[in-house]
Amino acid sequence: MADQALGSRSAGGQAIEFDQGKIRRDMLIRRIGKIGLLINPIFAYFFLWAPIIVLVVFSFNAGRNVFVWQGFSVQWYTNIFNNTIQAGTEAANFNTQQILNAVGNTIVVGIAATIISTALGTLVALGLVRGRFPGKKALDAILYLPVVIPEIAQGVSLLVFFGILFDYAESVSGSRVSYGLGTIVIGHVVFCMSYVAIVVRARLADMNPRLEEAARDLGANEWQTFWRVTFPLILPGVVAGALLAFTISLDDFVVTFFVQGVGTSTLPILVYSMLKRRVPPEINAISTLMLLVSTILVGVSLAMQGRNAAKRT
Amino acid sequence: MPPIDVELRNVIKEFPARRNETPVRAVDDVSLQIDDGEFFALLGPSGCGKTTTLRMIAGFEETTYGEILIRGKAVQHVPPFHRPVNTVFQDYALFPHMTVLQNVMFGLEMEGVKRAEARTRAIQALELVRLPKAIDRKPRQLSGGQQQRVALARALVKKPTVLLLDEPLGALDLKLRKEMQFELKTMQRNLGITFIFVTHDQEEAMTMADRIAVMDQGKVLQVGTPEEIYETPATQFVADFIGETNFIRGNVLSSNGKYITVKLDETTTMKAVSDQPVADNQEVLIALRPEKINVFAAKGTIQYDEGSSESTEDYKKALLRDPNINLMRAKVLQDVYIGTDTRYSLDIPGNQDIVARVQNFGLRSDTYFTSGQEINIFWNAENARVLTK
Repeated sequence: MADQALGSRSAGGQAIEFDQGKIRRDMLIRRIGKIGLLINPIFAYFFLWAPIIVLVVFSFNAGRNVFVWQGFSVQWYTNIFNNTIQAGTEAANFNTQQILNAVGNTIVVGIAATIISTALGTLVALGLVRGRFPGKKALDAILYLPVVIPEIAQGVSLLVFFGILFDYAESVSGSRVSYGLGTIVIGHVVFCMSYVAIVVRARLADMNPRLEEAARDLGANEWQTFWRVTFPLILPGVVAGALLAFTISLDDFVVTFFVQGVGTSTLPILVYSMLKRRVPPEINAISTLMLLVSTILVGVSLAMQGRNAAKRT
Repeated sequence: MPPIDVELRNVIKEFPARRNETPVRAVDDVSLQIDDGEFFALLGPSGCGKTTTLRMIAGFEETTYGEILIRGKAVQHVPPFHRPVNTVFQDYALFPHMTVLQNVMFGLEMEGVKRAEARTRAIQALELVRLPKAIDRKPRQLSGGQQQRVALARALVKKPTVLLLDEPLGALDLKLRKEMQFELKTMQRNLGITFIFVTHDQEEAMTMADRIAVMDQGKVLQVGTPEEIYETPATQFVADFIGETNFIRGNVLSSNGKYITVKLDETTTMKAVSDQPVADNQEVLIALRPEKINVFAAKGTIQYDEGSSESTEDYKKALLRDPNINLMRAKVLQDVYIGTDTRYSLDIPGNQDIVARVQNFGLRSDTYFTSGQEINIFWNAENARVLTK
């Protein structure tokens, strides 16, 4: 019966009529939409990148004016390295030695914070993925907190925390500890750890738990299982997390500003104090160099994570 | 009697309750004795507790209650890396960052075997699984079948007392699976290692296992050889899970030892075998395999291959001389030709539908019945078994 009904319909099929006006209107809307989609990212990327490009370009400007192009030069770079920052400018209050000190502080803090936060972050990730304990879900959510809470709040809270801690330490031991590289490192570890934990946890969650069971089945105890199976497999995640932590630590300003001590400025703090009144052109050069280092580190970090993704398939 | 290799005594595994739920009892009072050198299958549908049972033997899960003994020693509190047991995982779980050789050597290194010796033994193991050429490759460069062999070599190189296999052939295609079934069986015979093997595939279990434990909802329903399980299923679930079965309902009319007579309707009775006593008038469920049912025409003559023929009436009389023969009329509801056999759906007295599988011996036209036809069917009472529910 059904066949017959279908058959009769197609036999006596009517011609289909299209509403040409409607079609034309819809096609126009589609075309506008397509053009809009094309223009939108151009604007987005322009606002994202234009200031940075201006900064990089003007770091090679021959003139002192940071707003007018006066020809190509690398003099601001050579100024920094030759300790010949021109007198009479704000930057002249700063010499190369200070910049080198700040760079040294930045690197020391970066390396220390990276090592500590990578170790702690990896352990946190292991606990959150492999552990079974009450409140795991809550802890999992709290992990993201340092990433999302305003850095200013974090800076202030660390300042207050250290203040109380130092007062207590003084009342107990009689000697006064104060802010310095140590507090900066701790401050950086606080937020870097979350980034490491998040990256490592993603890697760990992707790992087949049977692999660890297989290792134990083949006679490896927990320690051997970790070092022979788990760690090599999460290593790319750990390295990616470490690079990310190092990058964030390198250019952190807000938290560092609150917990720094006398003579322990990092490069971002130094740069800030150099441009209090005007932007000296050397700043452009320093910023460009920082940008270069950060970009390379993030690039390597992303490449490591990408390689893992490719490897897994 | 070979010594007992693995013994489970009243093993219970409960997983902790989620909020507002009762604890899940994955394994419910399982007792098993697995002999040395036996190929033992745990068979059941997914979620029946077979894998959890295997994981408890391996040591990945702790028992909630009960004892697990390997060679007579209780192992509930022995961690997996101290148990003389190795596992072939369902997804093989090969270490992706190691080569095939490193994978196989891993277990020996953990034992502290010297590198040179470990290497030699690993290569021997890979030769055993016929994969000696791929030693320097990474697992992801291998096919599923090859990965399976590496997993097998990695476990066997440890010379375990018991080898556990968790659906080891599940990921392979049908042809490779059949090949591996026979290869595994041969390997197990040659090595003499006890294999405990988890599968949901009844055919696979029948092909390979010496004995099968059929599990459902955490309980072991029946343990026996493939023949025992197939021919004398203990419960309706077992009969249904292993192969195809007809379930016939009837009321007990009389019983004589293990033979009982069951009434299907006012005029039809049949004989069946019951392993336990039944009361008169009790309703029973009888299992009858489709291939045990024979069919022949309702009237006319039966042609034999050698050329002779016999009237159906004479044939019937000859059959009924055997008191254990159940003979009755049936109506063909549906006939399906499937090459080797023909499947008939039949309506038998008592308004019950059953299926008969008849092998296609001769030419199709000679023995083929079509739907709507009245035919005679018969089977031996030995093949009709009363089930415990």
